[in-house]
Amino acid sequence: MAELAAEDRQPEVLFWVGCAGSFDDRAQRVTVAFTKLLQKAGVDFAILGQEESCTGDPARRAGNEFLFQMLAQQNIAVLNMYKVKKIVTACPHCFNTLKNEYPVLGGDYEVVHHTQFLKSLLAEGRLKIEGGQFKGKKITYHDSCYLGRANGVYEAPRSVLAALDADLVEMKRCRTTGLCCGAGGAQMWKEDEPGDKRINTERTEEALATGAEIIAVNCPFCLTMMSDGVKLKEQQESVMVYDLAELILNGQ
Amino acid sequence: MLQPILFAIVTITAFVFAGRQFMKIRQNILLGKDEELEGDSSQRWRNVLLIAFGQKKMFKRFVPAIFHLFIYVAFLFTQVELIEILVDGFTGSHRFFAASLGSFYTFLISFIEILSLLAFVATFVFLARRNLLKVPRFQNPEMKGWPFLDGNIILYLEILLLIGVFSMNGADKVLQGMGAAHYRPTGAFAVSSWLGPALFGGLGESTLIGIERFGWWLHILVVYGFLNYLPKSKHLHILLAFPNTYFAKLNPKGQMSNMPKIQKEVASMMDESAAMDDSGGEEEELFFGANDVTRLGWTNLLNAYTCTECGRCTSVCPANITGKKLSPRKIMMDVRDRAEEVGNNIATGSPDFISEEKRGDGLVLSKENYADGKSLFDYISREEIHACTTCNACVEACPVLINPLDIILQLRRYEILMESAGPSDWLALFNSLENSQAAWAVSEARDAWTAGI
Ligand code: SF4
Ligand code: SF4
Repeated sequence: MAELAAEDRQPEVLFWVGCAGSFDDRAQRVTVAFTKLLQKAGVDFAILGQEESCTGDPARRAGNEFLFQMLAQQNIAVLNMYKVKKIVTACPHCFNTLKNEYPVLGGDYEVVHHTQFLKSLLAEGRLKIEGGQFKGKKITYHDSCYLGRANGVYEAPRSVLAALDADLVEMKRCRTTGLCCGAGGAQMWKEDEPGDKRINTERTEEALATGAEIIAVNCPFCLTMMSDGVKLKEQQESVMVYDLAELILNGQ
Repeated sequence: MLQPILFAIVTITAFVFAGRQFMKIRQNILLGKDEELEGDSSQRWRNVLLIAFGQKKMFKRFVPAIFHLFIYVAFLFTQVELIEILVDGFTGSHRFFAASLGSFYTFLISFIEILSLLAFVATFVFLARRNLLKVPRFQNPEMKGWPFLDGNIILYLEILLLIGVFSMNGADKVLQGMGAAHYRPTGAFAVSSWLGPALFGGLGESTLIGIERFGWWLHILVVYGFLNYLPKSKHLHILLAFPNTYFAKLNPKGQMSNMPKIQKEVASMMDESAAMDDSGGEEEELFFGANDVTRLGWTNLLNAYTCTECGRCTSVCPANITGKKLSPRKIMMDVRDRAEEVGNNIATGSPDFISEEKRGDGLVLSKENYADGKSLFDYISREEIHACTTCNACVEACPVLINPLDIILQLRRYEILMESAGPSDWLALFNSLENSQAAWAVSEARDAWTAGI
């Protein structure tokens, strides 16, 4: 972004990578896949690079408002300095925070989730699916809480999946009743409270019960949780967990 | 003459007692902090119409929804009949509206009778679901004891009420057939025109009058009993569902409320000039989050009093499903119990409940200076609030737009901001956020992944 600003250029969209997308090995692959798609589609985009900080979602949900405000205000200062108008992110937690929680702090942007963005790229014909690798493959889609219930986005990711011409099978708990993967609310950073079972195990069992070969997710944390669940069930040879961006890239 | 006098005494007593209890509930709800209403009121009215009146969210689970609808609609229309009972009761008339409304009256009572019959069936279905089928969401630990009994009591009352309605109408029909004085023909009622003769046919006139009066009194007494029982019961939802859906937050579910005080504080830390604007500000109390009902918002308490204890929230809670202690329904029940406790203590006016720092001459006990050495954390354990994934499943599931998550998050805020406590695992998260602005402490650069392009 700094480079573009030096040339006094505005990108079409800012790609907000997020902590998981930047640092988590598995999520990095999603970041790369999404970047490749943006390049293929000829989208003029930028990243903040080192100037991006965590949005503050986990801090706020843990209860640490001070830390959240520090991160948020810092990010808003940077975004406003670059006069950012539109942001796309592959993380529903970043999406929710940027979209819903930054405006009262002075950060007003058009924020879209990458599944929504991919949907419009496909609709505009800037991206095309060819090859039909997924024809007839069973895919089940896991709604993330922060894209789904928190923001009511259920259909955009499904329509992106539909473009793959795969056989989409729903889990019993889907859309508004989708079951959490267990990572939200800063659970990702702590041990579970005592109980009978891990939440991701419960959800993975449900996904596996559909007989799908691919579990599609839209969130780096769901990606971790569902992948761990599949490993625990020793199904990693036959069932893959992918982000939507990776599936679309493979379908190219 | 005796009956109208008796009726007036009973009626006034019932209303006075109920009125007092409702005032107390109002006061207890107002123990919460003031809140600003955001969003337009047309959306709020839509929620009242669709969700409270229209029962929209109930229909996510069809079987209970349909039976609940029978009871609900029967309840609404019985209010029409109640008006007549009140008029008859005070004036000593009999079926006051029958003559003036004519065939419309016959239709109305028939309609209510059919609804009542459906409600009768529904009542047994619900008793069976609770006691025989043992639907899991009625069996969680927080439902032991009074809450379970409460669920049943209301169903027993419902049966009594319906017995009253049908013995009153049934005996009336037979009396009408005999041409008894005062029992003017009203046209055929849908149910009691056959049920009446089937049950009471062949009985003598005075016995029938006895049955008719018994049914009439039973009906109104159950209604008054119900009115006085409501404030102690989960059935308060039949009234509070309406304001509760009106006041429910309209923001996207993922949006957490902002804390302007901290926002300002941080802004002034980051920018000296912002600090200047704020000079000379009055001493504000530094208190963040909530540890008690007086620190929650009043709509949180309205939520608690509206809760029907149906357990839809708990049955979809990922933490609860996987055996954690957290149950969003229990959060709501605990908040209500604590509000009752604080409300009752404040009602005593005893200076013992004034917090020690604030005690002074002539100071009257109020929610501002209340302290009893306890807090919401005596009801809700840390383990419970730590288990929440903020998934919003409970919020989505609630048929009357209650938000248990909002309360959980305020408790978490208190724990972190006021006590610097909370799960120790989170310290690493906080440290790395503070030192490297990233959720994980990694030495890698944020854009290291670009090497992979
Ligand atoms: S938001 Fe928290 S309490 Fe509500 S269902 Fe999800 S985990 Fe349970
Ligand atoms: S909070 Fe709502 S869903 Fe949960 S028990 Fe109460 S009324 Fe039912």
